[in-house]
Amino acid sequence: MTQAPIISFKGVNKIYNNGTVGLKDISFDIPRGQFLVVVGLSGAGKSTLLRTINRMHEITSGEITIEEEPINDYKGQSLRLLRRKIGMIFQGFNLINRSSVERNVLSGRVSYYPTWKTICGLFTKADREMAVRSLQRVNLADKLYTRADELSGGQQQRVAIARTLMQDPKIILADEPVASLDPLTTATVMDTLQRLNREDGITVIVNLHSVALARKYADRIIGLRAGQLVYDQPIAAVTEADLNRIYAEGEQV
Amino acid sequence: MTYPETPRRSWVQRWHVKGIVGTVVLVVLLIASSRMTGVDVGMFFSNFGQFMNLLVRMSSPAWDYTAVIIQPLLETIQMAILGTTIGAALAIPFAVLSASNLIHSRLLRGVTRLFLDLVRTLPDLLLAAIFVAIFGIGSTAGVVTLAIFSFGMVSKLFYEVIETIDMGPLEALESVGASKVTIIWYAVLPQILNQFISYFLYTLEINVRASTVLGYLGAGGIGVFLQRSLNEFNYSQTAVIILATLVVVLVIDGISNHLRRVLL
Repeated sequence: MTQAPIISFKGVNKIYNNGTVGLKDISFDIPRGQFLVVVGLSGAGKSTLLRTINRMHEITSGEITIEEEPINDYKGQSLRLLRRKIGMIFQGFNLINRSSVERNVLSGRVSYYPTWKTICGLFTKADREMAVRSLQRVNLADKLYTRADELSGGQQQRVAIARTLMQDPKIILADEPVASLDPLTTATVMDTLQRLNREDGITVIVNLHSVALARKYADRIIGLRAGQLVYDQPIAAVTEADLNRIYAEGEQV
Repeated sequence: MTYPETPRRSWVQRWHVKGIVGTVVLVVLLIASSRMTGVDVGMFFSNFGQFMNLLVRMSSPAWDYTAVIIQPLLETIQMAILGTTIGAALAIPFAVLSASNLIHSRLLRGVTRLFLDLVRTLPDLLLAAIFVAIFGIGSTAGVVTLAIFSFGMVSKLFYEVIETIDMGPLEALESVGASKVTIIWYAVLPQILNQFISYFLYTLEINVRASTVLGYLGAGGIGVFLQRSLNEFNYSQTAVIILATLVVVLVIDGISNHLRRVLL
């Protein structure tokens, strides 16, 4: 493939204000349409890495480009437009519990409207239909008017995915999306992400703890340890032993 | 019998030093302040006869006076509702500006909080006296007083509520590309609305009671009639006013307690 990568890290460093190293000299490319899984111990920098892509975290040095545009200097409107094309799924779902599923899903669309229209709830008919279709894709259309906190964990995570679909994203970042779910709902959520990757060509980047899940869903696995990129292989070349080494503390890969 | 090994308590914990010292300090402060201010508890009992005398003179309420005070009583309630609503509405933006989890600029937060502290230090009776002087005797002065008084109180309660919210939904809305105002509207407001209403009702309760006293300074409502009857030593009328006010306060408290139970 000669196509340009959708995301590119070039010598990215992140040092927190208290001196902790978050990311250290990270360089790699993510091709369009890839299902990338990031593995590593807690605190290895997986969440930080993910959040630098939509600038929820700022980097200290280096450069990140998305669709060949450097994103470091975006602010205000340009930053919001960047975030609009990058969906994000969280471990804790981050739904607005007291609001209806419909409102939660529509909130994924707010960056397409001026602020005053979002406050008045003036969504177009087309977008309300889009909300229903998004929910259909995660098999939850019947929950449209249910309050978000009345749903189970797995259902909430699927609503979060429907919210992300409203952004019409090119990239989905998922930060430990199944860490608080049971095995059955885990499969549903991961299958949904896989379907969006295959059917819509959305580039998906997932942080995972589970080696088994990583091997089942990934096109490619990268490993982080203490903020450094210590492993990067296409799924065909990944062995069980490699992955175990990433999780073995203190050992060099 | 041997105990399994447990961590040892320090002597401060073992002898409850903090609790005992705290209690002693409190008792000393109480005695010292009653000495210094010259409060004579004995006087309460020696002058109890005066109190009984007043009660006897109030024991035959002039029931036909009820018709006269219904209108000012309603005015008192309206003053409280208006004042509380205006104050609470104004408090929302200031509460947002004071919340440390929403506003990262210490300067902005500090200035807003200082302003709110200043507003809160003004006693409501002082405010009433000032506004009666400005707007003249009548309910306008009362409403403005109650609005400012509620504003000071509610803004503090509100920003403390905002600081306890779950930040997850805010992160989600931020990642979607929402503007700051949209984030507050979608992710903050639904989380705090019920507690806001609960505090609003609580403030309303306080204001209904407060506005009877404000009327005493000429700020409209039932207080004006209370003052008049007391000045004329017409204690049978005073009794009716007190009883009627009691009923109103009880009803408002009951409604607001019920609503708050339903909401939370």
